[in-house]
Amino acid sequence: MLTIRQASAWVAALAAFAFTATSIGPVSAEDGVTPTEILLGGTDPFSGPASAYGAVGKGSAAYFQYVNDHGGVNGRKIIYKDLDDGYSPPQTVQLTRQLVEQDKVFAIFASLGTACSTAIRPYLNQNKVPQLFVATGASKWAHDAAEFPWTIGWQPDYESEAIIYGRNVVKEKPNAKVAIIYQNDDFGQDYLNGFKQGLGSHASAIVKTASYEVTDPDVSSQIASLKASGADTLLIAATPKFAIQSLVATAQQGWKPQIYLTNVSSAQPIMRAATKAGGGPEATNGVISTQYSIDPADPKWANDPGYKLFKEIMDKYVPGADQTNGIYLIGMAYAYTMVDVLKSAGKDLTREKAMKAALSLNETDNPFLYTGLKVVTSPTNHFPITSEALVKYTDGKWVATGAVIDARAIIKTEK
Amino acid sequence: MSFFRPDRMLAFGVVAVVVALLPALLPAYASFELTYVAAYAIAILGLIILTGKNGQISLGHGAFIAIGGYTVAVLASKAGLPYWVGIPAAGVLAGLIGIGIGVVALRLEGVYLALATFALAVSVPSLLKRFSGLTGGVGGIVLTPVAPPAGLAIDPERWFYYVAWAIAGALFILTALLLEGRLGRSLRALRDNEVAAISFGVNPHFYKTLAFAWSAAYAGIAGALIAIATAFVSPDSYGFNLSITVLIGAVLGGLESLWGAVVGGLVVEFLPLWAQKINEAAPSVVYGVALIAVMLLMPGGIAGTLIRLVRGRRDPGGAGGAAAQAESPAVVAVPVAPAE
Repeated sequence: MLTIRQASAWVAALAAFAFTATSIGPVSAEDGVTPTEILLGGTDPFSGPASAYGAVGKGSAAYFQYVNDHGGVNGRKIIYKDLDDGYSPPQTVQLTRQLVEQDKVFAIFASLGTACSTAIRPYLNQNKVPQLFVATGASKWAHDAAEFPWTIGWQPDYESEAIIYGRNVVKEKPNAKVAIIYQNDDFGQDYLNGFKQGLGSHASAIVKTASYEVTDPDVSSQIASLKASGADTLLIAATPKFAIQSLVATAQQGWKPQIYLTNVSSAQPIMRAATKAGGGPEATNGVISTQYSIDPADPKWANDPGYKLFKEIMDKYVPGADQTNGIYLIGMAYAYTMVDVLKSAGKDLTREKAMKAALSLNETDNPFLYTGLKVVTSPTNHFPITSEALVKYTDGKWVATGAVIDARAIIKTEK
Repeated sequence: MSFFRPDRMLAFGVVAVVVALLPALLPAYASFELTYVAAYAIAILGLIILTGKNGQISLGHGAFIAIGGYTVAVLASKAGLPYWVGIPAAGVLAGLIGIGIGVVALRLEGVYLALATFALAVSVPSLLKRFSGLTGGVGGIVLTPVAPPAGLAIDPERWFYYVAWAIAGALFILTALLLEGRLGRSLRALRDNEVAAISFGVNPHFYKTLAFAWSAAYAGIAGALIAIATAFVSPDSYGFNLSITVLIGAVLGGLESLWGAVVGGLVVEFLPLWAQKINEAAPSVVYGVALIAVMLLMPGGIAGTLIRLVRGRRDPGGAGGAAAQAESPAVVAVPVAPAE
């Protein structure tokens, strides 16, 4: 049993220890920043149904390692603690709280998935922890900026992309009759809204829309009803499985509209599957989509400095991985912007400064982006990338049309 | 067999004191994590009733957890009802749906029942996406974080920790009391030998359906607590992995004793995190190895082994071991694949 005297001695010793511990602690008052390190946290699905997207996190981690080996950021190395949430929001919430409260990360970087990132958004904003560059294309990260000022997206949002298609329709075919198939959720709604904004005064060009539920087995009846409307242009705002079904049904029903296909479903394996199931190149030839980053599967980028850097980093830090997988490259592109933010936030790094830097970006040299694309933000504009290059599917590959369209002037910052 | 036996009261009292003191010793974040342990323990308590005591297997309890979560979320966001209304409502609704499933379950046994309930777990996320007017579709529903009652100087994490553990404790006692009497005897009799039980006048339809509904109600309450702690529900939260995970928790924790629920809750919450710490590259491998190791070394689950150790020390080679043997279920869970 402790006597009072012993107990008070213990308390005094503990207090002295606590005092010295705080006085020799990190110079910066900010969590996750020491004189030599910056600790970033994140969540990615390394397991479960969406584990293919885990490559984003691996690409980012590889780029941070590359930066560390080249001197770091303002003398500090970036430590990226990226945890597996299995694409399950309750997991994301628990892991994020662990990262913030236990590991004391400086910021949450590129958390992946709309549902997962929505689940942690109120918590991070309440605690004023930057939620930088959410890895999803939902437009709400920008639209809700007034309510959640510590959150920002990165990749072109679905609304901006649809604006780009709308602008292209007006320019190429002002008298087009447009049909739209869209997924009945936030993603499809973003697309519908954006496309109407892009058409502007030509909004009456939309002659028919049809939606599907993600639980629907097939969309060929929707395609049949769109065809019956007499439309000559078709916008497909569908996730991969339904995009393939739409392309195939259009071909099989002998309908030949000009097709615009969301970037979400434009990866090569998807296009190949649609070509095969649709009965040959006719099924996909002439489809228009967008690109905003280098496509490592496409040999035309072989001599691009961005691709060479990608390859160098992959060789060294992710050996043995599939180097045609563009998801790694997207992860590096995210990380490039993150490094830019940390650089410009300066040596005396705080969360507030990082957030300020993230909202005054003018990044014109991200090597992983499509040539000429920029990452631009301002305190009143939370849409980092709003321009994309239009590409046309020709004989088994995406070919640049030469057009790069910016949606920034059209997109409404308020919802 | 009474819960009011001194040694059982003592064990419960010790655990209750530990549970009550932990938040004072640990950071708020730990209380937040342990809140999930309470929720998973409640769900596993239901599985112990269903599988351990009645011998029915469900691979679909994730569906009831989803129903509970969405009940509290929809009642709070659409009807503005407080969480203390939503939590019991979640239990009632999941229980009612459990009766429906239980009636179907009567016709199926063993692996077939496992498959049918598995289908339930797979289909619920799709159903949630379909009724998007009510459920918010793929986007889910964001909930208001829980707040302690005005005037109580406690942070929200610790407050909800106490709420969750109080519910878990109450359900633990309720379950122990109910299983002691006629109800528990009938469930166990049906598990051990259905024909014999029927010839003694036990109505198999009634008791099997009741066991299913009872355990579904617990899963619903667990789902409500998880949803409130997470402050968010979406179909992605309830993948079929969840059903497998809670069943793994029940098997590892131990299906013999109600204490298996607490151990199982700890397993469900901390084993994946621990696996990730051991090896960041292949957490599922570590997870799987840990799973196989426990199944091989502790066939009665972790709680079963602990109880046997304690009893063995008290009366070496005595009746304790034999009693535990008699308690063990005749039907053992089907082999379970590690959650991917």
